[in-house]
Amino acid sequence: MANEIAIIGAGMHPWGKWGHNFVQYGVAAAREALADAGVPWRDIRFVSGGATVRCGYPGYVAGATFAQALGWQGAEVNTSYAACASGSQALAAARNKILAGECEVALVVGADTTPKGFLAPAGGYRPEDPDWVRFYLGITNPTYFALYARRRMDLYGDTLEDFAAVKVKNSRIGAKNPRARYRKCFTAEDVAASAMVADPLRLMDICATSDGGAALIVCSLDYARRIGKGDAPRVAAISTVTPTFASGVVEMPDIATDSAAAAGVEALSYRSSIPLKAYEEAGIDPGDVSLAEVYDLSTALELDWIEDLQLAPRGEAAALLRSGDTALGGRIPVNVSGGLACFGEAVPAQAIAQVCELTWQLRGEAGDRQVRGAKVGITANQGLFGHGSSVIVKK
Amino acid sequence: MSDKPLAPAIDGWHTMAEKPHLIGSQCTHCDTYFFPPQDQYCRNPGCDSTDFREVELSRTGHIWSYTNACYKPPAPFVAADPFEPYAIAGVQLEKEQMVVLGQVVKGVSVEDLKVGMPMELVLETLHETEEDIKVTWKWRPLAANANNESGA
Repeated sequence: MANEIAIIGAGMHPWGKWGHNFVQYGVAAAREALADAGVPWRDIRFVSGGATVRCGYPGYVAGATFAQALGWQGAEVNTSYAACASGSQALAAARNKILAGECEVALVVGADTTPKGFLAPAGGYRPEDPDWVRFYLGITNPTYFALYARRRMDLYGDTLEDFAAVKVKNSRIGAKNPRARYRKCFTAEDVAASAMVADPLRLMDICATSDGGAALIVCSLDYARRIGKGDAPRVAAISTVTPTFASGVVEMPDIATDSAAAAGVEALSYRSSIPLKAYEEAGIDPGDVSLAEVYDLSTALELDWIEDLQLAPRGEAAALLRSGDTALGGRIPVNVSGGLACFGEAVPAQAIAQVCELTWQLRGEAGDRQVRGAKVGITANQGLFGHGSSVIVKK
Repeated sequence: MSDKPLAPAIDGWHTMAEKPHLIGSQCTHCDTYFFPPQDQYCRNPGCDSTDFREVELSRTGHIWSYTNACYKPPAPFVAADPFEPYAIAGVQLEKEQMVVLGQVVKGVSVEDLKVGMPMELVLETLHETEEDIKVTWKWRPLAANANNESGA
């Protein structure tokens, strides 16, 4: 396909709460990806970084920060900030550069050091900032996850046991991932015994924030063939669409939805519109997908994503889970990396880490976590302010 | 009770009446409502109006979904010490076709709430400062206040 690029290298710094500077994680991930690709650093002509907003100016210009740390060698740089989709936008920038013929091989890298507890907004009295408003009124990120979870219980009959089963599934597989932060196999009893955060979600239903770094080396198909990697997995689609007015779902960090009084409610929710564009761009049907890496900010949200990706009809994701179809060995394994449940969220690295996992899976290098015969993988995530992304990787 | 004066936590987003309303805006061209109010640009992609009227939004609606906050949120939230958990509801306003989030009044817990339950807007303390008591909008089950009023 004319719009494809190859992924010839992937690398990650293990997720955790290491307390180091974010640059260290990015450099470690980049060096692993470079070694994996067998490409010398000086050959990289474009460095595309995912920005972090929590680490001062070096974080705002992360692409340049990583390029300097790896040693200035004259490559062009880019930095993308798109909340949880930052990594996908950084990947999209590299793809555009490669497809435009301006560069053959690029580094995509994101890393973060996150504070303890809730992610909090900038200070002051700033009612024009919806992120400030909702925190002032006592509405945190888990509030939104819990509102969606309660809707699932009310509309589809999902149960607390279903939500706990997502955590149990992800912890069982994540325990086999040396890059994951949490590697303990949790039980449904563990989940039920954890503290209530935002009813119906308990501490173990909600993902943590972590330190981590992830990187990819991507190149033109021609370059991949020239270095003997013509069969490398390919990026077949990147969707970074915005929502469509009027959205009937209250989205973080807003205090209210759009009003549909005049325009009518958009039939597709924002989440479900994100993968749709990716499927169209790749010319791939949801039935062709071998595995999915989705943004399980909460256990219940993994079930929403399964339906948004059209891997199950609306309201039937819990049934898919109960039958074991979303576990390793099932019909459509979801989050075989262990997901955010085992990693915790390192915002600018997370979308890249999802693609790293698909890369290893499609190469057949995922070891104990290998999805047999994986040919097509899809990622999905959503963050603040109309940012979301979905990437399709295929063999 | 403190004898400090009451003041809105955020200026201009609700009336201070006994039966308060949220103050939104409505595009004079396409009639779309906005809350928080805005009067600079219409966000309907089919409308480029910059002309808005101020409107009081419906003060009753039905629960779209609900939860609670069991942990103290970070600043700028000002928490009571010790922290008291509170419920939160997203309430669907029928005429405006929008969902508005807010805390639920003190004394009402998630066990008292259901999706679809009728709710009304009231004012309650968010926190106190040296000068005044900051109040904000909160949701309250309509039936809890009204005996027979909810069926009216």
